[in-house]
Amino acid sequence: MKRQDVAFAAGAIVVLLMGFGAVHAVANPYFFFAGYVIVQYVVLATAWNILGGYAGYINFGPAALYGAGVYTSALLLKAFGAPLVVNIVAAGLVGMVLGLMMGYLTLRVQGVYFAIATIALVIMLETVVHNIEYLGGARGLALIAPEPPAWAVGRTQFVFLVLLAIAVMSVALARWIERSWIGRGLRALRASEEAAECAGVATLRLKLAACAVSGALLAVAGAPYIYYASYIDPGSAFSLTLGLNTIAMPLIGGTRSWAGPVIGALLLASVQQAATVTISSELNVLMVGLALIVFIAAAPDGLIGLAERLRRKMHA
Amino acid sequence: MISRRRFSKIAAGTGLALAAPALSTSSLAQAQPIKIGTSISLTGPLSGTKNALTGYQLWRDDVNAAGGLLGRPVELVTYDDQSSPAQIPAIYSKLVDVDRVDLLISPYGAVLSAPVMPFVKQRDLFLVGMFALAGNDTVRHDKYFHACPWGPNSQVNWARGFFDLARAAGCTKVAIMSADIEFAKISAAGGKAISEEYRMSVVYDQSYPPNQTDFSAILRNIRAAQPEAVFVCSYPPDSTALIRGLSEVGIGDSVKIFGGSMIGLQYASLLANIGPALNGIVNLHLYVPEPTMRNPAIDGFLARYEPLARAQQLDALGHYVPPFCYAAGQIIEAGVKGANTLNHAQISRYLHANPVQTIVGRATFNELGDWTEKRVLMVQFRGIRGRDVEQFRQPGRQVILDPPPLRTGELVAPFGAARSG
Amino acid sequence: MFLEILINAVATGLLLGSIYAALALGLAVTFGILHIPNIAHPVFVVLGAYLAVVANERGWDPILAALAGALPFYLLGALFYEFYARVFERRGEADTMQALTLFFGVSLVVETALVLKFGTNQQTVDVDYVGQSLRIGLLVMPYRLLVPALVAPVMILTLWAYLKFTYAGIAIRAAAHDVRALQVSGVDPHWIKRHAFGIASVTALVAGAILVIIGPVDPFSGRLQIGRAFAVVILAGMGAVPGTILAAFIIGVAESLVSAFLNPSWSPGVAFLILLATLALKPQGLFGASR
Repeated sequence: MKRQDVAFAAGAIVVLLMGFGAVHAVANPYFFFAGYVIVQYVVLATAWNILGGYAGYINFGPAALYGAGVYTSALLLKAFGAPLVVNIVAAGLVGMVLGLMMGYLTLRVQGVYFAIATIALVIMLETVVHNIEYLGGARGLALIAPEPPAWAVGRTQFVFLVLLAIAVMSVALARWIERSWIGRGLRALRASEEAAECAGVATLRLKLAACAVSGALLAVAGAPYIYYASYIDPGSAFSLTLGLNTIAMPLIGGTRSWAGPVIGALLLASVQQAATVTISSELNVLMVGLALIVFIAAAPDGLIGLAERLRRKMHA
Repeated sequence: MISRRRFSKIAAGTGLALAAPALSTSSLAQAQPIKIGTSISLTGPLSGTKNALTGYQLWRDDVNAAGGLLGRPVELVTYDDQSSPAQIPAIYSKLVDVDRVDLLISPYGAVLSAPVMPFVKQRDLFLVGMFALAGNDTVRHDKYFHACPWGPNSQVNWARGFFDLARAAGCTKVAIMSADIEFAKISAAGGKAISEEYRMSVVYDQSYPPNQTDFSAILRNIRAAQPEAVFVCSYPPDSTALIRGLSEVGIGDSVKIFGGSMIGLQYASLLANIGPALNGIVNLHLYVPEPTMRNPAIDGFLARYEPLARAQQLDALGHYVPPFCYAAGQIIEAGVKGANTLNHAQISRYLHANPVQTIVGRATFNELGDWTEKRVLMVQFRGIRGRDVEQFRQPGRQVILDPPPLRTGELVAPFGAARSG
Repeated sequence: MFLEILINAVATGLLLGSIYAALALGLAVTFGILHIPNIAHPVFVVLGAYLAVVANERGWDPILAALAGALPFYLLGALFYEFYARVFERRGEADTMQALTLFFGVSLVVETALVLKFGTNQQTVDVDYVGQSLRIGLLVMPYRLLVPALVAPVMILTLWAYLKFTYAGIAIRAAAHDVRALQVSGVDPHWIKRHAFGIASVTALVAGAILVIIGPVDPFSGRLQIGRAFAVVILAGMGAVPGTILAAFIIGVAESLVSAFLNPSWSPGVAFLILLATLALKPQGLFGASR
């Protein structure tokens, strides 16, 4: 292991320990309610960026995969009372399959066409859920999750910790992909698919891998939601706002490295959580819209790119 | 222009009005306020209900003017949930854990309330329910009290009035159509259950996507099925489109009664926009200005609401949501005063044992906190002319057909004849 | 009865299809011809609808109001392209993700501006022919759909003739193929694209007026149309302006048949199913040249 890797691993462990410590030290549950939403966005943004940032394939429907994860988990809980771990794995598998399907789509369509096809996926899945009576259809589904283990203090604290662990693993996975041959291949693919192919990069295999991993993680992010809210409905599972934030966060943070989506998610999600209870939500959405325009216009490589540019300027 | 003399008269009048509460509130100001927390859908698809805030505020002003609760002033803590259930868990945790509110009121409707119910059950908190059909039926919390008169077992029963009318009119064949939206789907399922109970055959039963703009195919299929009653579970955007479709395509001569659960036909802007095409439709409401419903308290409330609504561009009529928000406040007021404490268990015990007089009627609660008596109105639109909102403030335009004690007229049928008159 | 339902379902499908074509037309220009994925187009349609609502409150017919507002909307579209070009000028060709994100951001800002100005209430127009129908034998066609459905082919024919026979129109089509050749022949490609955006924006205004005649509109109505509009353009094939209407007919009739004979609840999936099938089986669309 290189020194950087050791530092990263140490950081990851510290984050997990801090989370565990916080659950016991912080009495106020609100912290974990709000924290859940923020950490969920870290997972979503990281997952989205594996395909969108590294490979340059814009998935406009992360909500489709997230929603698939939410509903897979709820279905298993309702049908078998399955434990959370099983639900997370199952959601990951479903997400992976959907991701692979998306991956095969990339054989035929690229660029904008791919982006549009992913929008179609959201509507299709939402329509299907509307028509499945067992999943509650448009009515939604209210389920009371089983009691959490004693060490987790409470239900919210428990799902917060679970999600935090998922987030740490997702970020580690994204970082590993970025630094391995996969990441190099994806970058080549992003620059020019034809050139990459000519240079002997196995583009299809890479794309399939990126789609599968991204899809699986997006779905996994949704798996604990039913434990958090006790209620799911197609509107929030396939939420447009959620999809929008998921795309905006890596773009604001920076899409080239694993840190970008993390920074973007922490920043935007915290601001939004604070904003929910302070300013009107119109201004909240306006803020996201303006941020997107400003970043595309002035800092296309996100905050990380901006920071690097500043550093270079200072050195020059 | 206001003349100087007139001005001084107004000033004197308002001065008096202001001075009266000021006397009693001066001592209140020193006491710690009692905080009441809720979330309101100020934005998003449910923002048509944002006038809830005005209802709560008017109650707060009244209770504070009358000396507050337990000698303490009442303060509202509200957040915007953006009509999204995903926002609800964090908001209610903030209300309870950070703002330390004393009492909670639920958000609007079943979708937004669903995430609150396990939360209050787990923490064992008192909650006033707002408009959620059968909101407490799954969780069965003993500190839940509904401000809306859906009645017991409301999932099935709330629209029974429509089917009672249909049965009385001799209908045996029912068509049920619903939007793919939570409330509409629940209504449709309830309607189907009652149809079976009344031995009516369901000859059409389909749902359609929200925001459907063209109903001609649906209406033709319904006409082909020749139903005598058409139970419609729609939402504001499609309610408008559907009624337009009625005029364009027609529904056939077999239909005696049409409507039931069309959300949107309670809002001023929609009513005014549809105008005369409303005539004949039988639909749910919770308050209409008919003689059997009116009393000085609600008249006074609406008289105060109207200028506020004009100033803040809220629903001009305010018949649907705000009176029940005021009633929610009255339920809290009665509970706290009756139990003479803020203890949730004692408040709940008092409310289970004692009825509460609200501006929308007397509420007696059953063990699930639902009103023991269903008081959903089925009203028939009659004599609507033009697009003036004012006519919906007059009696006789929305005639109450059910429940019998509040009845102000009989069903005009068949539907075709009722539409022309 | 079956025959009546079938005839009317097909007729309604054609009417809806014609309206979808109007909604997608601007996209057929900016995306189909210029290859700029303007996902903000539906939001411009909604903006147009609000203009029609405001004009209607002052007693204007929505479609007449749209024609009257054509010039300002042309300028708005041109200005919008100018902004787009400025943002990406320094970097040469815009990368798809950045372009999409920019348009996404613009959509959000326009939607929110509408919410702040008008609230989230449903807006409607008051027109005499709403609520009446044209009846020919078994066929019943509501004027609410018929009038808008007649506007769309007129608009498409006009645009097609413009692209085919005028100098500027030919230049717009040329801009899609070979920018350098265009420059050699003395035409500024930047000006041509700006012009095309202006035209697309005018079609959005007319489509908005149509949309609000059919049914109520709120600031978020555009979102429902994004997928359908792209489905029409892609099914037609890139650059196939007259093909737009045929593609839209196919989608409209398919939706209407599903509504009539299967279950209306499945109809929103239809356009997207067709879209996915097109992308998977025939990505160049029905009438487009292969890419």
